[in-house]
Amino acid sequence: MKQSRTAEADQLVEFYRRMVLIRKFELSADQMYKRAKVGGYCHLNLGEEASVVGLMDALRPTDYLFTNYRDHGYALMRGMDTGKVMAELFGKSTGVSKGRGGSMHLFDTEKRMLGGYGIVGGQIPPATGAALALTYRGAPGPDAEAVMCQMGDGTTNIGAFHESLNLAAVWSLPIVYVVINNRLGMGTTVEMAAGEPELYKRGASYRIPGVRADGGDVLAVRQAATEALDQARTERRPALLELMSYRLRGHSVVDPARYRSAADVETAQKADPVPALRAQLIADGTLTEKQAAAIETKVDGEVAAAVAFADAGPDPTPDQLFDYAYATPVPNAPTALPGERMVVLP
Amino acid sequence: MSTEADKTTLVTYRQALNDALRSEMSRDDKVILVGEEIGIFEGSYKITAGLLTEFGPERVRDTPIAEEGFVGAAIGAAMLGMRPVVEIMTLNFSLIAIDQIVNHAAKIYGMFGGQQSVPMVIRMPGGGGQQLAATHSQNLEVWYAHVPGLKVVAPSTPADAKALLLAAIRDDDPVIFLENLALYNTKGEVPAGDVPAEIGRAAVVKEGTDLTVIAYSRATTIAVEVARQMAEEGISVEVVDLRSLRPLDRPTICASVRKTGRAVVLEDDWLSYGIGAEISATLMEGAFDYLDAPVRRVAAAEVPLPYAKPLERRALPDAGDLRRVILELLDDTSFES
Ligand SMILES: Cc1ncc(C[n+]2csc(CCOP(=O)(O)OP(=O)(O)O)c2C)c(N)n1
Ligand SMILES: [Mg+2]
Repeated sequence: MKQSRTAEADQLVEFYRRMVLIRKFELSADQMYKRAKVGGYCHLNLGEEASVVGLMDALRPTDYLFTNYRDHGYALMRGMDTGKVMAELFGKSTGVSKGRGGSMHLFDTEKRMLGGYGIVGGQIPPATGAALALTYRGAPGPDAEAVMCQMGDGTTNIGAFHESLNLAAVWSLPIVYVVINNRLGMGTTVEMAAGEPELYKRGASYRIPGVRADGGDVLAVRQAATEALDQARTERRPALLELMSYRLRGHSVVDPARYRSAADVETAQKADPVPALRAQLIADGTLTEKQAAAIETKVDGEVAAAVAFADAGPDPTPDQLFDYAYATPVPNAPTALPGERMVVLP
Repeated sequence: MSTEADKTTLVTYRQALNDALRSEMSRDDKVILVGEEIGIFEGSYKITAGLLTEFGPERVRDTPIAEEGFVGAAIGAAMLGMRPVVEIMTLNFSLIAIDQIVNHAAKIYGMFGGQQSVPMVIRMPGGGGQQLAATHSQNLEVWYAHVPGLKVVAPSTPADAKALLLAAIRDDDPVIFLENLALYNTKGEVPAGDVPAEIGRAAVVKEGTDLTVIAYSRATTIAVEVARQMAEEGISVEVVDLRSLRPLDRPTICASVRKTGRAVVLEDDWLSYGIGAEISATLMEGAFDYLDAPVRRVAAAEVPLPYAKPLERRALPDAGDLRRVILELLDDTSFES
């Protein structure tokens, strides 16, 4: 029996599907880490799904995105192939960064996802510069391109954040800085680390308007992001958007987060946006239990296929080590392997 | 007859560092710890575990993510008589603080005519091999070892980790204290009591006659292991552990190579302009006539370190690479006459 739904309800169902995709991808990444298929550092978007989905829905394919290392969900929502993202986590040649970058360093030129970055604050100056480049490309207007730069709450304490916001202000750049305030930077709370813990106010020093929204409400996120992006497009004015969110787990998959109180963990779990949206959709009659379960099963299939794709991909081979050392060929580029002689004369 | 000082305990490199910090904090209340996640989180690599509980938040100061700011603040505190021990989560993040380290910590004593020293320590681990990819796996020690005004130490054993950290904290100059991610869980005997090492001295950690391997930090542990194996095959390898990269103990290096006639440097940094380049130049100056073959270097391949395990493994020097080069070098008679 097919119910007819309003376009808005359809939209929310689609948002639910996307949030479930991120949730299940992340749970799978966690499992794959435990099975040693994934190595290094691995940071999950668990608890931030509504923020990621809302932001990425507001961002157009013609816009550019820079993020931090907690980047899996953004890559997926940017339309990057689920299998290729998983393959990157597996370090395979078929990964989005050819296995060179891993979990923290997802990139796709075509999708205008210009990278997840592992150095805290590292993405902010380049994102600002991307916005500068846009000012050479065309006039402002409703169809103009814009840049979104995502970061965490703890990152607003680093110099690069402040220098970049100031540049964006004095140069009038089309960029939206988004702070995912999950209330923790590793084990440090926002209150401990920030002189102004209401982070959206930090734009004030640069006369950059700041907005705070509920990061657990996908529609509120999309609305706030759309407005900020519109302002960037039409007026070339930077904006600062703070999304109140929660980190459901440790900082990375290996952090047991013992520093968190039981009450804090409970608050985070209660605010979990995925079951909340599910319950809402069922309560208002948009979805039946069966339909919700069907969406989830379908996503399970997509994630399982992504894992299978990642597993099947080839490892990069040692002879490819010096590929991508430089973009332009150069004489005498050093290609000695450990222990090989450097000086080889004819 | 064994005395108190002969007693040793088997501890990890991590524990040795923790012990040294605790001792120095108990001995001198001017010693404060500063860094990200060192208190409540107990340190990213748990080096400072337990110290917040023991000494309180004024002595163990968690910072916001602001490397340039808190390293610079430690310099200022040191100028007013505190003895800050800064932890930077990894060497890679010190690049954000490098202006404060190189243009300020290293300059203040000399540039102001010796009026004010800067007694501080910056502890940080370097090292690859954990699949942390290009920005989180670097060995940039040579950047600091290049700078007059800094002292740079790189212990390879738990005993040295403790003794050199004691020395670094008591030193009146800024000391870069280089740790290594791959060493934290390694174990070794550490003497009882608090006896600081002398910064600027290398050690011959294994004696031999056929060839000298010069190494530091993680590379020393590999060199010692390879030397042990080769001894069983009748090859006598001497290992010099640099311990201090600045100042560099050139006499010890040259004396060893004058004895053996052959030298290999094993280093985790990139080859070009690396620590091995400085050692080679030192040997040209101080052991040229004694060399039976050219000095060889075993270093990391010169690429941004890839995440994928097979690539990472290929890029980093290992025991097999060292062994191969030792055998090649023993066959090399270019300079013999
Ligand atoms: C310059 C630098 N310093 C420290 C780190 C280690 N580190 C990685 S993530 C992180 C916490 C960041 O917190 P936040 O900005 O709130 O982002 P979240 O992880 O919560 O998404 C720290 C300290 C780093 N990667 N780079
Ligand atoms: Mg955070």
